[in-house]
Amino acid sequence: MAAAQGASSSPKSGFAFPGMSGVLLVATAVLMLVNLYLIFLVAPTDAVLGEVQRIFYFHVPIAIVSFVAFFVVFVASIGYLVTRKSRWDSVAHAAAEVGVVFVSLALLTGIVWARPVWGVWWTWEPRLTTTLILWLIYVAYLMLRSYVPNKSQGALYAAGLGIIGFVDVPIVYYSVQWWRSIHPSAVVGPLADSGALEPIMQAVLFYSQAVFLLLFLYLLLERMRLRNAEDRLSALRFVSRMRR
Amino acid sequence: MRLLRPMAALVWKDLLLELRSRDIVVSALVFGFLVVVVFNFALKVSPERVSELAPGILWVAFAFAGTLAMSRAFVREREQGGMEGLLLAPVSRDAIFLGKVLVSFLFMLVIEAALLPVFAVLLNFTSFTLTLAGAILLATLGFATVGTLFSAIAVQTRSREVMLPVLFFPVILPVLIGAVEVSGAAVGSGPQTGVVTRWLPLMAVFDAVFLVICPWIFSIIVEE
Repeated sequence: MAAAQGASSSPKSGFAFPGMSGVLLVATAVLMLVNLYLIFLVAPTDAVLGEVQRIFYFHVPIAIVSFVAFFVVFVASIGYLVTRKSRWDSVAHAAAEVGVVFVSLALLTGIVWARPVWGVWWTWEPRLTTTLILWLIYVAYLMLRSYVPNKSQGALYAAGLGIIGFVDVPIVYYSVQWWRSIHPSAVVGPLADSGALEPIMQAVLFYSQAVFLLLFLYLLLERMRLRNAEDRLSALRFVSRMRR
Repeated sequence: MRLLRPMAALVWKDLLLELRSRDIVVSALVFGFLVVVVFNFALKVSPERVSELAPGILWVAFAFAGTLAMSRAFVREREQGGMEGLLLAPVSRDAIFLGKVLVSFLFMLVIEAALLPVFAVLLNFTSFTLTLAGAILLATLGFATVGTLFSAIAVQTRSREVMLPVLFFPVILPVLIGAVEVSGAAVGSGPQTGVVTRWLPLMAVFDAVFLVICPWIFSIIVEE
């Protein structure tokens, strides 16, 4: 226990230098306000889909951020299994939590978008289905973390699942794609496939993507700092109970 | 050889325990039987629709019965300190893992072999082909590989009965889809061309990938 705590219990271990958190928070907030301005006031209204198309500037970056998050979980899990440094476990745990939030948002914005555009709330299209499976895998990951009584054991198990879950994703994607290609598609109404994006739309999308990545970075670092604080608190409680 | 002998010893131990107690295979078998019966009522399986519904029912029954059997794979080791003994033994952990995979694989094959005649009678399902056998072997191997790792994990958690299916089903999905598709082609529902040549290799790839990764992860994460 004490050895595992050692690496993570230095006060500043979440950040390279103090104050970075505040800078990142202010920068993300300002850039996000600009992002909202661009999305709602600068980007042109889609000729075919109308105003509802604007959700696309949230949906796509959020979905991509969630894939990035699970990739981070994968890399950090390998790092943890190889080095056993609790810093890696902290990265994996934080990335998984933030990733689940983002993938949930991606699913929800997708559902809101699909209803007016495709005429259905949900369709078992490969990308949607794969995203849903991702959601299930990483919800299971978080469940696993909270259901293992022994913390260091939980970290190892979670790392195993973090690797398996990510390796599984391409296989799931191919299998669902083949499965769909055989069955008729449930999509009705005007299809979203409206061709290439206009340059201005593309620029807004890229900007939005960058801002959401920054938001992810901020949440990730903040969550890691919170976790380190939790670890230190439980270590202090442990020590004070020993003294009594 | 260094892998095979400890594996064989482990498999023999578990088979002997099972022959004497019969608690894993029999309970899973009864459960699988129940799944078939319940689905018959839930879906109103009629003779005209049987070839359309049978593959799905078959694989839900196999997967649920298999999960039940695999959830017990490490219970005995945990209850009586067998796991410590296994880990202290001078054999590689790959041998322990692969031995457990083989045990689960064999148990599931027994369960499936016993359920197929039930299926044939109750649902009038008679199209047993070599392709279906291939699909059953490949899918069961995939189930056993992933299921054994997750069973070793789930047995250490507070609510292991819930944890195993929650971990198991999302990951196993490609194999389940493949098995249902190949079985559908075998009974003549759905398209025939290209289904088998596409899904059997995908299931083989899945099995190969996880037969490499799972022993590695197992050997790292089982401690103490």
